[in-house]
Amino acid sequence: MNSRIAFIASNTFREAVRDRVLYNLIGFALILSAAAILVGQISIEIEKLVVINLGLTAVSLFGIVIAIFIGIGLVSKEIEKRTLYTVLSRPVRRWEFIVGKFFGLTGTLVVNTFFMAIGVFAALFYVSHRFVPADALIFIALYFIILEFVIICALALLFSSFSTPLLSAVFAFSIFVIGSFADDLRGFAAMTHGFTRWLATGAAYLVPNFSAFNIVSSVAHEQPVAPHLILQNSLYALFYAATALSGAVIIFEYRNLK
Amino acid sequence: MSAIEILGLEKTYQVGFWRKRPKVALRPLHLTVEEGEIFGFLGPNGAGKTTTLKLLMGLAFPTGGSARILGRDWTDPEVKAQIGFLPEQPYFYDHLTAHELLNYYAQLSGVPAKERSQRVQATLQKVGLTDIKGVQLRKFSKGMLQRIGIAQAILHDPKLVFFDEPMSGLDPMGRREVRDLMEQLKQEGKTVFFSTHILSDAEALCDHVAIIHKGELRGLGAIEDLTSSVQGKIELIWQGTHVPASIKALGAECHVSGEMVRAVLDEAKQDAAIDALRREHLRLIALTPVRTSLETYFMEKLRRAETTAGKAS
Repeated sequence: MNSRIAFIASNTFREAVRDRVLYNLIGFALILSAAAILVGQISIEIEKLVVINLGLTAVSLFGIVIAIFIGIGLVSKEIEKRTLYTVLSRPVRRWEFIVGKFFGLTGTLVVNTFFMAIGVFAALFYVSHRFVPADALIFIALYFIILEFVIICALALLFSSFSTPLLSAVFAFSIFVIGSFADDLRGFAAMTHGFTRWLATGAAYLVPNFSAFNIVSSVAHEQPVAPHLILQNSLYALFYAATALSGAVIIFEYRNLK
Repeated sequence: MSAIEILGLEKTYQVGFWRKRPKVALRPLHLTVEEGEIFGFLGPNGAGKTTTLKLLMGLAFPTGGSARILGRDWTDPEVKAQIGFLPEQPYFYDHLTAHELLNYYAQLSGVPAKERSQRVQATLQKVGLTDIKGVQLRKFSKGMLQRIGIAQAILHDPKLVFFDEPMSGLDPMGRREVRDLMEQLKQEGKTVFFSTHILSDAEALCDHVAIIHKGELRGLGAIEDLTSSVQGKIELIWQGTHVPASIKALGAECHVSGEMVRAVLDEAKQDAAIDALRREHLRLIALTPVRTSLETYFMEKLRRAETTAGKAS
């Protein structure tokens, strides 16, 4: 990686840590501990199912919220506070700044997910007292969640490059919600005709298909994950994030800083 | 080689939401700054000083024109390794300490890793910020932040430094220190381009100044030329408490202050005034040509600009 990108990424990571973003881990730990203790008292049959479902869903939601709330301010906040002036007046290209910010935020989320994953496995061990080979599927689910974060980070940066933080948050949350129902949207498109079909199909393929990344339920039921899905999701996330990031770079390259 | 050559840079913003209308921030500006000098870019608030600096720094894009900095195209990213920039009312990453911030900027400026720590320390000392280890910038006063701003601009030993209102927010001591620092930079062979609306700072520091008003260049020249004795008057100061009638007869404007008398009169009557003082046995202390102050020149330029604009409309 270009060293300037690495420096910007590292500063973004440090800023997130010092702004106490990782404090969300406390909330996550509390939810998971409470769930593990509670389900342990309800049933011994479904306790593992509940812990995996709840744990991975919490990992995903906490991460998405962080990705959106930090991502939307990454560029606009720097323009607003004019911290960007002293960065871009150095031999730093505008695209390096955007890419550095992206890696910094993604890195923050990966570290956050790592600690949450420890929590999920700890809760799992607490309720089932042992690990089985099928538990390794949780790693794939976590990998898919990280791929979701990669897409959301890129989208948040894209919105942040031309919009206000509030609007960016609205856009990013909307895209996340619609993307989570992308399969349903495609099903709806198939049932309609004419202009509506054209519109629904366009929307279904334009928003990121987050439903393809959600394997939490099947992992909880110890169903195997097809290898081609891993490859497909990896390429899809890479392509989608690269496209969104390119859009952010293009917009930012021509933006006059106020 | 000139340090800066501005070749008709101009900027027009589109304002309004539905019906966009043009707003001229900078009319075509032509300006040359020589290497090793302190150049003052003067103008009232909203004159276009910051716009010019933003265009030169690549923070905004010009509507027309171009520039050359240190002999290279101003858009060349490598040029930026040779320049330092202090924005107006700078704001920095307040989660960092001064050392961390400067280290970050040193990284971005390409300062070699082994030199960074020593360079950061030396720069902090240069701007008078010591004993601040471990303190995050969010706890810094305005004056301290201004010093950090200056530090980050000179940290990587640039050949050319741009300061946008460097004295802003500083107390008289701080202003003096910044002035000394700018003179030190000049002595080190660096070029300093600074914008200000504080004319006394410019008069004390600059080799050349440009005056900009409403986005248009209104005056340009060496300080000595702009403040020359254009009025053809002299100032006499002598020891005493009264003004002799013979001096009054020469049409002098006199002012008695304590044990001194100051008189301003036409240059042509200089010899007659000196003879009159001799006759009265008064001790002459000083005889100097009356110079137009930079402020007078500046105000005159602005007044003319307003008059021209009034006639045009």
